[in-house]
Amino acid sequence: MRLGSGAFATICVAIEVLGVAIFLRGFFPASVKSSSRTGLQAEPPAPEPLAGASSNWTKLPLPLFSKAVIVLIDALRDDFVFGSKGARYMPFTTYLVGKGPSHSFVAEAKPPTVTMPRIKALMTGSLPGFVDVIRNLNSPALLEDNVIRQAKAAGKRMIFYGDETWVKLFPKHFVEYDGTTSFFVSDYTEVDNNVTRHLERVLKRGDWDILILHYLGLDHIGHVSGPESPLIGRKLREMDGILMKIYTALLTKERETLSPSLLVLCGDHGMSETGSHGAASAEEVRTPLVLVSSAFERKPDDIRHPTQVQQTDLAATLAIGLGFPIPKDSIGSLLFPVVERRPMREQLRFLHLNAIQLSRLLQENVPSYEKDPGFEQFVMAEKLHGNWVKLHLEEDRSGALLNLGTKVARQYLGALRTLSLALSTHVAQYDTYSMAVGTIIVLETLILLLLSIPQVLRRRAELEVPLSSPVFSLLFYLMFLVLSAIHVVVCTSAESSCYLCSLPWLAAGGVMVLVSALLCVIASAFARMVMDSTFLRKVQQSAAHPCSGWSEVGLLLLLGTVGHVLSLGASSFVEEEHQTWYFLVNTLCLALSQETCRSYFLGDDSKLQCYFHTEPGTVGATCMRQDCTACEAPKAGQASKGLPSGARGGHTRWAVLAGPWLVLACCRLLRSLNHTGVQGAHRPDLSHWLTSPSHRMELSCLAALSLLAVFLLAQRGCSPVVKVALALGLLGVFCYRAATGNLLFPWQPANRGISKGILEARFVYVFVLGILFMGTKDLLRSQVIAADFKVKTVGLWELYSGLVLLAALLLRPHNLPVLTFSLLIQTIMTKFIWKPLRHDVAEITVMHYWFGQAFFYFQGNSNNIATIDISSGFVGLDTYMEIPATFLTVFGTYVGPVLWAGHLAHFLSAEASGDSAMGRACFCYALICSVPVATYIILVTSLRYHLFIWSVFSPKLLYEGMHLLITAALCVLFTATNQTGHTSAWTKTDARN
Amino acid sequence: MKDTDIKTLLYAHFLCIFSVILSVLIPSFFMEDFSILDTHLTWLCFCSLFVTSINLVLYLVPKPNASSKRSSLSHKVTRFLKCCVYFFVSCFFFHVIFVLYGAPLIELVLETFLFAVILSTFTTVPCLCLLGPNLKAWLRVFSKNGVTSIWENSLQITTISSFVGAWLGAFPIPLDWERPWQVWPISCTLGATFGYVAGLVISPLWIYWNRKQLTYKNN
Repeated sequence: MRLGSGAFATICVAIEVLGVAIFLRGFFPASVKSSSRTGLQAEPPAPEPLAGASSNWTKLPLPLFSKAVIVLIDALRDDFVFGSKGARYMPFTTYLVGKGPSHSFVAEAKPPTVTMPRIKALMTGSLPGFVDVIRNLNSPALLEDNVIRQAKAAGKRMIFYGDETWVKLFPKHFVEYDGTTSFFVSDYTEVDNNVTRHLERVLKRGDWDILILHYLGLDHIGHVSGPESPLIGRKLREMDGILMKIYTALLTKERETLSPSLLVLCGDHGMSETGSHGAASAEEVRTPLVLVSSAFERKPDDIRHPTQVQQTDLAATLAIGLGFPIPKDSIGSLLFPVVERRPMREQLRFLHLNAIQLSRLLQENVPSYEKDPGFEQFVMAEKLHGNWVKLHLEEDRSGALLNLGTKVARQYLGALRTLSLALSTHVAQYDTYSMAVGTIIVLETLILLLLSIPQVLRRRAELEVPLSSPVFSLLFYLMFLVLSAIHVVVCTSAESSCYLCSLPWLAAGGVMVLVSALLCVIASAFARMVMDSTFLRKVQQSAAHPCSGWSEVGLLLLLGTVGHVLSLGASSFVEEEHQTWYFLVNTLCLALSQETCRSYFLGDDSKLQCYFHTEPGTVGATCMRQDCTACEAPKAGQASKGLPSGARGGHTRWAVLAGPWLVLACCRLLRSLNHTGVQGAHRPDLSHWLTSPSHRMELSCLAALSLLAVFLLAQRGCSPVVKVALALGLLGVFCYRAATGNLLFPWQPANRGISKGILEARFVYVFVLGILFMGTKDLLRSQVIAADFKVKTVGLWELYSGLVLLAALLLRPHNLPVLTFSLLIQTIMTKFIWKPLRHDVAEITVMHYWFGQAFFYFQGNSNNIATIDISSGFVGLDTYMEIPATFLTVFGTYVGPVLWAGHLAHFLSAEASGDSAMGRACFCYALICSVPVATYIILVTSLRYHLFIWSVFSPKLLYEGMHLLITAALCVLFTATNQTGHTSAWTKTDARN
Repeated sequence: MKDTDIKTLLYAHFLCIFSVILSVLIPSFFMEDFSILDTHLTWLCFCSLFVTSINLVLYLVPKPNASSKRSSLSHKVTRFLKCCVYFFVSCFFFHVIFVLYGAPLIELVLETFLFAVILSTFTTVPCLCLLGPNLKAWLRVFSKNGVTSIWENSLQITTISSFVGAWLGAFPIPLDWERPWQVWPISCTLGATFGYVAGLVISPLWIYWNRKQLTYKNN
């Protein structure tokens, strides 16, 4: 079967995406689950242990508190309450923490520090898996056992005001609720007023048992202006007032009912120094947890310092405090200070209930649970407890009994701590079978791509893909049978759940067919390559092939790519990947500058035969070539690289020499625009300066200038209609940003009302769609009418400028210079470097890829989930719509790689260096994107027990998977445009005939 | 004939390596708490000074460059001044490149500049001594096969290896090992020094190894 190299690469990348998807499904483990998840009331509570007899205390102990109010403040960092900010802005809370009837803790949240998984952790006590981040935007109802569900089963009346996520997680659980949406980040007053407005009425009514308030304003302030903003203080003061109101209301109610109530103040996650969250830095992880109740009265000299606990401990504590069974999947341990005023028998009963629940969870998840030290401690404690109860029932001597009791309690607490730790480490359990199948598919496609390099390098437009060879079909059937057998064996024997086994048989069979078919294709391609290479050697011997050396740039591109792939094995290099790309791009520019210098000053020397044979680079280059790991073609002919003599006129000459240096200067400017990564993120950068409210004038000027420059650079290749549309669209972008309050109109007063800018954004969308439509029309016309290829070039440029307009709309105003510089660098490189130096298609493709990656980071992205700018998904949308929001967010994040790939398509079609140029570019692009993914999958598999696997490597894996998906989409587009070129050539020959 | 040449080259290179070692040892005799990492800038100055002086001594004594024999004093002075100007220009040029590579623009200016000085010492100073302030000759030596003697060949190798060393020296900076030598620009200066020393060691050996294949235009 014959395929164009572009189509072949596209198919390979598509299969690879499937492989990566299977791998990801296996890699991100499901959380620790209790298997008995049927009825809630099925299980009676464990009875109190009693040595030699059975205790008559089999019911759950009575609740400690009659009412509970949970105030959850989003992104409340521990120092906002316990630190200097707390003392300054939250005087009442500071009083409660320091002298009032309260217990305070620093609760450690586990990454991902994003709201929905944190709510789940608080209410279920379990650790939600990493994939929950992706489901964060679309939270389905919580299925696991949790406090809210237990409360509902116990007939409690619950009221909720705040983040809508809760309403989605717990549908029909609240008797009264009002959800506020969390997606308009620039709104931080109304979102909280919507919660507080109900408070007065509800507190007066008192016909409820649990009241939950989730305030979003603080998080929004953090996202917009960071933790040092003056708005933070105002917000904290507001929260302090609310707490005081609730506390006094609870006190007056207590006087009527005479039973204590509980007020819980907590945060779901913290806030990093830049105001975002999602990762595992100390600022993001540490949250305050303050429990206030009249039951915690203390003497004036009783000083309680906040102790460090886990966030998951709250669920167990709440359940015990309110008299429910502890949620089954909870891995938290009871916060002991809450119960330490109770009689000893009750204390021990509570600890026993918690320990029983944890040890059951351990039994269900760990096969060798009996050897676990926590379990041994628990058995010991239970025995001691039984003895204690026996003594207690027999005689009531307080002194010795109390001592023994405290000993038992201490034993229980140790057991709880060890059990909880064992369970939380157990969460990281991988579905190895799915991971292996995914890895095999990815590796097979990668090998197939690598094996077909020689064919592509020989500039063949078409690739021979061996699909139907009878000898190999036997191998195919054998392979299929063996794999199916393995599948059956694995699925019937595995205890742990496995994704591939849960698939229907047909789908699993399809995967097996794919794996074995790929293997056969590889085998036959390999055989063919061996035969070809022997044939080639003969040809080469007869032709006495001269040394076809590598240029320095080609060598640099190869080594840089390999070096980058290898660097992914170190966590620091993953965190600081932007440094790698900046470094590589800079070196590339210097190498290009050296090449321009040489071809100008020593242009006459280019006749010299190839390399001086003692040049250090040559040795390495030739062995690299034999390894065939290269995707760059050797240069067509070194001699032809001398410049066309016509282009040597004065201006052009200096422009060409200055070109790389201009690019370098642009890169340096962009680099200081957004500091990203871990080590540099806290350093002040230009974007901080620009986004601070006092510099709005400067930001407006900069944005206007950038948009103007974008227009000037992008309008060159367009038809007049598109030019007008582009101008209007860019004007609309400015209006949109002015309407949302980011920018200033020069002719309008500053304090105009802030809107969501829906109208303006939709106005721009109309032009984006219009330009894309015009571009597609031109492309189709070039296909149907078979006009000259100029129409196709114009069409591609129009498509490209449509994407530029969309990017201008989605990027934040301070990032607009990134777009401008991207266009500027593309122009410089095209005019002064790629055209005069006549680089090979493969080299140009790799350079585009490198620049695309660098621009991904210039824009402020990093390999950390927290830097994704979600707000770009809500431009011009009234409410949250999943599909457009996801698409816009992905595009807004990957603007750099997408725009550079678009420019590559246009450049190649404009230069038209051979028919197969586009196909080969597509092949190179696919290869260079899939090498890092494949290597990274293997690296992550081998590092899966690394300390930083969740905080550093996993987010990068998600980014890589997404990048591969985008590459697949780009390859499809490349191939589609290439196809139109083919057919137009066809029709042309037809017409001639 | 060639073997004696290579031997002279080897001795000259040993002297250069010796000067680098001396720059570590001598200051510790008369300075209290001298160490490469803690008083890095002082060491950089010493190293640059020592290597430059050794290069000058080598230039004055064996005279590998036979062209400038009979020339007036004023000619010599202008030549020397020109060399100084070239040296400072190269320092500024390297400084600009470092800033473009991401070195901080305002902070640590002295550190960055001294790194530029040491790199110039390893690359520009030998070029100036051997080729003189003559850009044409430089371009010739660093083009594909413009080398005309083993001296120029070794110059090519040491210069390239110093650059590569400095380039590789930037790699450990993002790592989170928290070592004192990871601070900008220590790892880069150390990389450049190691690259220079490696170039000095490798080039005579390499030339000796390939002496059969090496043919130069002029001799």
